Amino acid sequence: MRSGDFRTSYEADMAVFDTAFARWLLAALVVVLLAFPLVGTSYWLDVFNRVGIAVIAALGLNILTGFTGQISLGNAAFLAVGAYTTAWLAGKGVPFIVAMYLSGLVSALVGMVFGIPSLRLKGLYLAIATLAAHFIVAFTVVHWESVTGGVNGISIEPARIGSLTFDNDQKLYYVILGAAIFHVWFAKNLFRTRMGKAFIAVRDHDISAEVMGVDVFKHKLYAFAVSSFFVGVAGSLLAYQARIISPENFPLGVAIDQLGMIIIGGLGSVLGSILGAAFITLLPEILRIVTGALAGRLPELVQLFAALKLGVFGLTIVLFLIFEPDGMAARWHRIKAYWKLYPFSY
Amino acid sequence: MDFFLQLALNGVVVGSIYALVALGFVIIYKSSGVLNFAQGEFLLLGAYVFWALVEGRAPWPYAVALTVLFSILLGLAMERLILRPMIGEPIISVIMVTLGLSSMLRAIVLGAWGTDTRPYPALFASEPVFLGPLPVSRGYLFSMFVAALLLASFTLFFRYSRVGIAMRATAFSQEVAQSMGISVRRIFAVSWSIAAVVSALGGILLGELRGGADGSLAILGLKTLPVVILGGLDSIQGAIVGGLIVGVLENLAGGYLDPIMGGGVKEVAPFAVLVLILMIKPYGLFGKVKIERV
Repeated sequence: MRSGDFRTSYEADMAVFDTAFARWLLAALVVVLLAFPLVGTSYWLDVFNRVGIAVIAALGLNILTGFTGQISLGNAAFLAVGAYTTAWLAGKGVPFIVAMYLSGLVSALVGMVFGIPSLRLKGLYLAIATLAAHFIVAFTVVHWESVTGGVNGISIEPARIGSLTFDNDQKLYYVILGAAIFHVWFAKNLFRTRMGKAFIAVRDHDISAEVMGVDVFKHKLYAFAVSSFFVGVAGSLLAYQARIISPENFPLGVAIDQLGMIIIGGLGSVLGSILGAAFITLLPEILRIVTGALAGRLPELVQLFAALKLGVFGLTIVLFLIFEPDGMAARWHRIKAYWKLYPFSY
Repeated sequence: MDFFLQLALNGVVVGSIYALVALGFVIIYKSSGVLNFAQGEFLLLGAYVFWALVEGRAPWPYAVALTVLFSILLGLAMERLILRPMIGEPIISVIMVTLGLSSMLRAIVLGAWGTDTRPYPALFASEPVFLGPLPVSRGYLFSMFVAALLLASFTLFFRYSRVGIAMRATAFSQEVAQSMGISVRRIFAVSWSIAAVVSALGGILLGELRGGADGSLAILGLKTLPVVILGGLDSIQGAIVGGLIVGVLENLAGGYLDPIMGGGVKEVAPFAVLVLILMIKPYGLFGKVKIERV
């Protein structure tokens, strides 16, 4: 039961945690997450690592699309930029953390270049421009063989800090969990600063934002930069996790998956990015368990798995858009509000 | 010179099919303001349904007719079940719902027919016809002819038929159209059906050109985006001209630059052009100049 949830000052209104209970709940969640590798199998650790990377990437996309209102279909491309930068830097012997953030920066730079059309375009047209960015980056990745290894891909040395080598899922889990927590914290606080609020103003009404003294173009470019930075970091972690990356890791489907994450989780919500990323990443796993359980009775299900995965993904997105357009985060807040007053909910 | 003409001619043939698919985009966008990212999947589904019918020993004219009927129903169902609840939602939701739709349609094709190429029966004799010095395959000529015929008849349809005029009125202003007794809902339904039909026919023609239907046909839906942007999202003649230009351009770029750049130029060239157009003339060659600039 939550109680004490009333606000008497602006500070209280701005606080990240509105009650002490929320703070304890979060602490408990972190402890559970930290303890997970002690019980989890290698398979599920791998799944959770993918969730962690997806959380960072979805946060990045949500900063751009959910918070700033600039639709992007180019996320797979920015992910690829981050991953390939890491591969190249790691090949040159650059240490892990430095490589990760340099990849973020390079990705941010590329993101800003493709963000320039947002000066003149919005909505549908911007979505198409970022789609073009995807194809152009994909072409570059395949053809710039001296850096990217072309269609054969490129392999990456495992991440290393000092004498610690993060070469298995269990060790990587802590790195990815740490990075995910840091970026969630960063994003959550970004929207308490002037810049984050300017992003939201640009989304809600660009002309009003301009009138209020927000430099719209500058903030759109910032949004592209911050967003691509997050995605670039996610790409870097992906490179360290996958150890071999090739153009096949970054099809357009990845960008669509990530849009699906923020739609299902909730546009313009940090919590939504986390829930959506977890949901979309876990969906195929749950499906795998279900088809596995039914395989005895319906053996043809196993062959149909790829089709089923795609179909369930599409169906989930369509159903969410029709029945819960504000996403899981909104539903979560509604459930919370319901229990706050339980049993006198009216 | 022969090489150039050959490439240009191939471009015109492929371009006329692009124009056909682009027509589907334009019709939906013009009437309802939705950009349908599932257009390529309409094409894919049409190509596979045709294959299945021909495989089921239907003579090909009947197979075409049944595919058209199937597409009409598909378009109606999509509009009624998925797009209508989306009226008034933000652009991102509408884009996403068509992307979700495209996943579902692709899943249906994947589940029903797998990933193998499904060969089409050869309808035409394999020896080419000579246009002056150029050898042209009969299938190419036929495709070009059919595409041109369809484009011409749709242009006439929009200009003179009652439904076509109602569709243009709806595109101009939904309120005014409604007050003149036009059912805007019906117009949306009709535009989705037409879009599904032209895509399916485009799919059949492409399948015929390539000798079979396979999963890569779906990418055509995205490849027509440069076409509609070049021509202008809300212009039918723009779709036709844009289709031809992009078809020729990508074949020339592929033919001349592939040996230098090492393949794949054909796929990326239209998108590079697209970025340029968006920067210089975002409403395209024939589009209405009403895009809100930021």
